[in-house]
Amino acid sequence: MSGAPILKQTPLHDEHVRLGAKMVDFGGWSMPVQYSGIIDEHHAVRSKLGIFDISHMGQFFAEGPGALAWLNSLLTNNVERLSVGECQYTFLLNDAGGVIDDLIVYRIGEQNYLLVVNAAKIDEDFAWMKSHLAPDVVFENRSDDHAGLAVQGPRSALLFDAFFQGKYSRPARNEILRLEIDGDTYYIARTGYTGEDGFEVFCPANRAVKSWNDILRKGSEFEIKPCGLGARDTLRLEMCYPLNGSDLSPETTPIEAGLSIFVDLNKPKFIGKDALAKQKQEGVKRRLVPFKMVGACPPPRSHYAVYKGDRKITETTSGSLSPTLKIGIGMAYIPTEFARINEQIEIEIRGKRFPAVIEKKPLHRAGTTSA
Amino acid sequence: MNVPDDLQYASTHEWLRLDGADGIVGISDHAQAELTDVVYVELPKVGAQVAAGQQVCVVESVKAASDIYSPISGTITAANEALSSNPALINTDPYGEGWIFKIKVEAGEEIEELKSPVQYRELIGGSSGSGEGV
Repeated sequence: MSGAPILKQTPLHDEHVRLGAKMVDFGGWSMPVQYSGIIDEHHAVRSKLGIFDISHMGQFFAEGPGALAWLNSLLTNNVERLSVGECQYTFLLNDAGGVIDDLIVYRIGEQNYLLVVNAAKIDEDFAWMKSHLAPDVVFENRSDDHAGLAVQGPRSALLFDAFFQGKYSRPARNEILRLEIDGDTYYIARTGYTGEDGFEVFCPANRAVKSWNDILRKGSEFEIKPCGLGARDTLRLEMCYPLNGSDLSPETTPIEAGLSIFVDLNKPKFIGKDALAKQKQEGVKRRLVPFKMVGACPPPRSHYAVYKGDRKITETTSGSLSPTLKIGIGMAYIPTEFARINEQIEIEIRGKRFPAVIEKKPLHRAGTTSA
Repeated sequence: MNVPDDLQYASTHEWLRLDGADGIVGISDHAQAELTDVVYVELPKVGAQVAAGQQVCVVESVKAASDIYSPISGTITAANEALSSNPALINTDPYGEGWIFKIKVEAGEEIEELKSPVQYRELIGGSSGSGEGV
């Protein structure tokens, strides 16, 4: 194995191998890309139920009398809007308004917050936030102590009820429940990255295998399938949810990405605000928009050239075959003059250009394929 | 993984079924499993003269595009048009309905360069998940 990178493993690694998953290097983590097949797993989530290991994602905890004001000075969305048990999607920006990470902040107590961040950004996010720390906040990276499971699909609510048998009531969309079971703390949020109804469970790392297997066992009544990162990517792309590192980067802003609703420019200040306010006032030069291929062609992928007429105008940031729409889809930052619905563009695939059309978000309306 | 005994294999995971000078080429069961769901096949041009080891077409899965190489020199005489409408045949029947192209073989001695089923089994035995070749 000389020369092979040593990959980090989640607590569920052996379960994935046992289930026959194909494991790949994902940002330094050994993660399942698929079990039965990306397309099969994709359809399972759209029509029934799937479970994903998201233990690679990071969990930060912020608490104390200064936590709210401190988070509000770093994140684009307004944390003040959160009641206890609610969450919001938000961005961590650099001084130029570029995206360091996109994340979800959950208010889990009066002065307690849970932040769930991207795996590849755990160290960078934590270092950045720590370097701006306020005195009356305790801020901890507890990523290694936590596992995460995402249960997604139209049968999620049925599984929740069958699993807890009325002991707990389901959290509403974008709400989080805190459970103490046998002395362990579990967080169950009604959130996800697929567009379907679903729950994300964060639990102690040493409870991961039991939770995973309990959910799979109970979920078998609802035809649950273990799903890998491959399906996670096609599902999120149909919803036009951005993937940090592909669709978001330090060189792009949430305004350009069309995600202004997660930015509150009325807040007195947050890092990156001035740059975003300026951009909002002057108008953006490019916008992240989804596109759909027209007719049969190879699936588009990231970093393919995008043409308008004979001019290369940009590159794709994401691309795939859409298992639901059965056609190639993707996203790209298109110059504002062309970033309109129904605008015709061309995607270059191995030296040949294929027609595509700019579409409205999302490319698929979730919850419409229930079986 | 299924490795039929009546075929020859390239180290890039194509198989060759030879009947006199008439060859049929596809990719191995191991290769299709590594690729995962095939969603698009860019077929080779019929009539093209190709050399052994030359890239002749592309097979795309949900995750990646992979080059397919001719295991032997010759002239391509047919391409499997059924793959245009049903590329998943490569996954479901890699040695049958999922064949990719037919080739009129020129230099028959090149077959000696290919791997026997036993050698090919050895090759894939130690390389699962390595991402080598296809």
